Amino acid sequence: MTTFTGLGATWFALIGLLWAGYFFLEGFDFGVAIVSPLVSRDETDRRMCLNAVGPVWDGNEVWLLTAGGAMFAAFPLWYASLFSGAYLALFLVLIALIARGISFEFRGKFDDARWRRTWDVANFAGSLVVALVWGVAFTNFAHGLPLTSAGYTGGLLGLLNPLALVGGLATVAIFAFHGSVFLSLRTSGDLRRRTRSIARVAGAAGIVLITATVAWVAGAGRPWGNVQGALPGMVPVLFAAAAIVLLIGAAVLIGRSRELLAFMATGGAVLLILGAVWSSMYPMVIPASSGGVVAGLPGVTIAMAASQPYTLTVMTIIAAIFTPFVLLYQGWTYWVFRRRLFRPDTPQPVAKPGPGHEAPPLAVSTVAVPK
Amino acid sequence: MTLDLARWQFAIVTVFHFFFVPMTIGLGLLVAVMQTLGYVRKDKAWDRLSRFFGHIFLISLAVGVVSGIVLEFEFGLNWSSYSVFVGNIFGAPLAIEALLAFFVESTFIGVWIFGRNRISPRLHLASIWMVSAGTMVSALWILAANAWMQHPVGYTVQNGQAVLTNFWAVLANSTLWASFAHTLLGAFATAGALMLGISVWRAFRAGKDETERDAFLRATRFATIFTLVAVVLTAVSGDWQARLMDQQQPMKMAAAEALYNTQSGASFSLLTIGDLSGKPLFQIRVPHLLSMIATLDWNGEVQGVNQLQAQDVAKYGPGNYAPVLWLTYWSFRAMIGAGVLLILVSAWGLWLSWRKRVTPSRWFRRAAIAGIALPILSNASGWIFTEVGRQPWIVFGLMQTAKGVSPVSAADVAFTLAVFVAVYTALAVTAFVLILRAARQPFDEVEEHAPDPTLVPGLVY
Repeated sequence: MTTFTGLGATWFALIGLLWAGYFFLEGFDFGVAIVSPLVSRDETDRRMCLNAVGPVWDGNEVWLLTAGGAMFAAFPLWYASLFSGAYLALFLVLIALIARGISFEFRGKFDDARWRRTWDVANFAGSLVVALVWGVAFTNFAHGLPLTSAGYTGGLLGLLNPLALVGGLATVAIFAFHGSVFLSLRTSGDLRRRTRSIARVAGAAGIVLITATVAWVAGAGRPWGNVQGALPGMVPVLFAAAAIVLLIGAAVLIGRSRELLAFMATGGAVLLILGAVWSSMYPMVIPASSGGVVAGLPGVTIAMAASQPYTLTVMTIIAAIFTPFVLLYQGWTYWVFRRRLFRPDTPQPVAKPGPGHEAPPLAVSTVAVPK
Repeated sequence: MTLDLARWQFAIVTVFHFFFVPMTIGLGLLVAVMQTLGYVRKDKAWDRLSRFFGHIFLISLAVGVVSGIVLEFEFGLNWSSYSVFVGNIFGAPLAIEALLAFFVESTFIGVWIFGRNRISPRLHLASIWMVSAGTMVSALWILAANAWMQHPVGYTVQNGQAVLTNFWAVLANSTLWASFAHTLLGAFATAGALMLGISVWRAFRAGKDETERDAFLRATRFATIFTLVAVVLTAVSGDWQARLMDQQQPMKMAAAEALYNTQSGASFSLLTIGDLSGKPLFQIRVPHLLSMIATLDWNGEVQGVNQLQAQDVAKYGPGNYAPVLWLTYWSFRAMIGAGVLLILVSAWGLWLSWRKRVTPSRWFRRAAIAGIALPILSNASGWIFTEVGRQPWIVFGLMQTAKGVSPVSAADVAFTLAVFVAVYTALAVTAFVLILRAARQPFDEVEEHAPDPTLVPGLVY
């Protein structure tokens, strides 16, 4: 056992931030892949969707690796029992991530419709599965898992309980919402109009599903709610309520074509939902649902799982030094690729030339569009 | 059963990952160098060559990334007991690898792919250098973790966990720096051999097209020098590692040599065929060479398997402390043998290139193409050697592999193993086909215009 230090709570929060950042960023990557078949009418549309996330998806995915690595370093017991306990679920995520990760690079290599379609399916299915599984997992974290002293032994089916499935579908819908709003920011013409329409549908579904999930989780209560350090039950509920308000706001905003504000709202909602789960869990890293007991406590606590203060201190210093750089250059790439995408076969708008530039001729993309 | 399956799974996912990673690290550097040459010398040939090899680089990178994600979670999946034991020490380099290296690599690759002609050439060049740096820093941190497994430093054991007491000791671990140098140089050799084989073949196939032939002949010359230097330095760093291994993991050295009994002035086995009980049936040995490699002393003492086994039993209790000898022995030899062949191929190529007789030599062309496989074989054998050779330890001297496995059912491990094998085989075949295609692509003129920030983006993917 380790003594509970402020470092433990700090790293719990930091890991929460890493997961939140991951869902904010990859949430729209997955969402774009999920809605692309729904909004795309031809090959050019599909390529527009791909290219909307093209420059940034790989960097976004690294947030997952950082979250996982941080869990391993700061809470080895959490990392170990979670990933071996949810063995098949995590395996599913890994296979899905392989499928969608490869699809970006390989899709354009052959000028063949069946080849492209295979990778489109891989990207769609992979993104959908990952979104679903993370949603299932985090809903289970909010509700608690049936733990024994041997950890979680319920297998994949145990994780796929009705509540978690609703939460999983809510996650898919919210990511689809977030992704389609992102697309509306990055695309143009008819495609952009269609993404706004889909956003409203996904938004409505997401709002209904997340409200149901939150109500169900809140109704079930927290068996660990009386542990020392646990936050009052209202805290996660307030986070969740704020998230739902933002989602409703986002739906209204996208209905009025206020795309950037809608994106900030959907993004904010994703962050707040993670905040709800995290504030519900604290101070447990793996909370136990009713009856579950680990070493006399309703779950695995931060204190049980945390690494020693020396490790946590080293990690804190390194994180403090290097995280600002990451945010800086990752943010910079979003700024570099901030321009909307236009169909190559339409006359491109001429952007106002900056100082020192001549007014350019009409820019037409030289990239050939395969049929 | 679970243990064996878990070990197979880890070995397979790691070796698969390491088919592609050295290619990525090496090609990242080569592409950056070629793009630099093109930019600094305003040389279209080098610019086109960097784009040409860049396509192959991206395919390799994609496979490396997805297989890498699997590895990060594989520790938690199949080796949860190990993870709990070492997390305080082992987890930190993994997290740091993500924060320092993966972010750089994955962010700037997007800039490089999508930013061509959209950002300034200098910024575009800087972005590929950032990617290359990211791949190398990544190697450093994962090797820091592996080096700690091989030679634990800066720790103490507390309440059944290995606990970090000195971060600098972990970073200063001699094992880390030897293996980092060796791995990186091996990666350079891997990419160099690829560039050599493809360039020789393309130079020949270019026929009358002077521009293309000239470009690929220059690439051939560059690749022969680069590969030769890289393999030789890989051998030098390997030699350094062998000496460390003799001090830190003497059983691994003994097994690598099939040295059953301690000897002074030990000979190096070029070839030993023996029965499984250890009786050699046929040997070709070089006298004193093993002592020289291990101790830099003609008559230095090298410990044998039997003596080390006895020592370990006395130290750790009953058990088998020797790894599987035939696998350790042969993987070590395969690694070195393939490396020696690559030195010969690249030296031959350098001589032919100097004499301007590359394209007429049919035999060299065949050798160069076959040579692409040599460092891939070395890389895989090397990792198999170093990880099989450390058995039965998962943390050398601290935790045995059998104790590290997750409490999951054999059925689950078997299922996931089968799926990984199927998926990875399909992926490897596809990647191979795509790389072959990329090697055949036309050596085209690049669309040249000044970077124009007012241009709205075209579609790259």
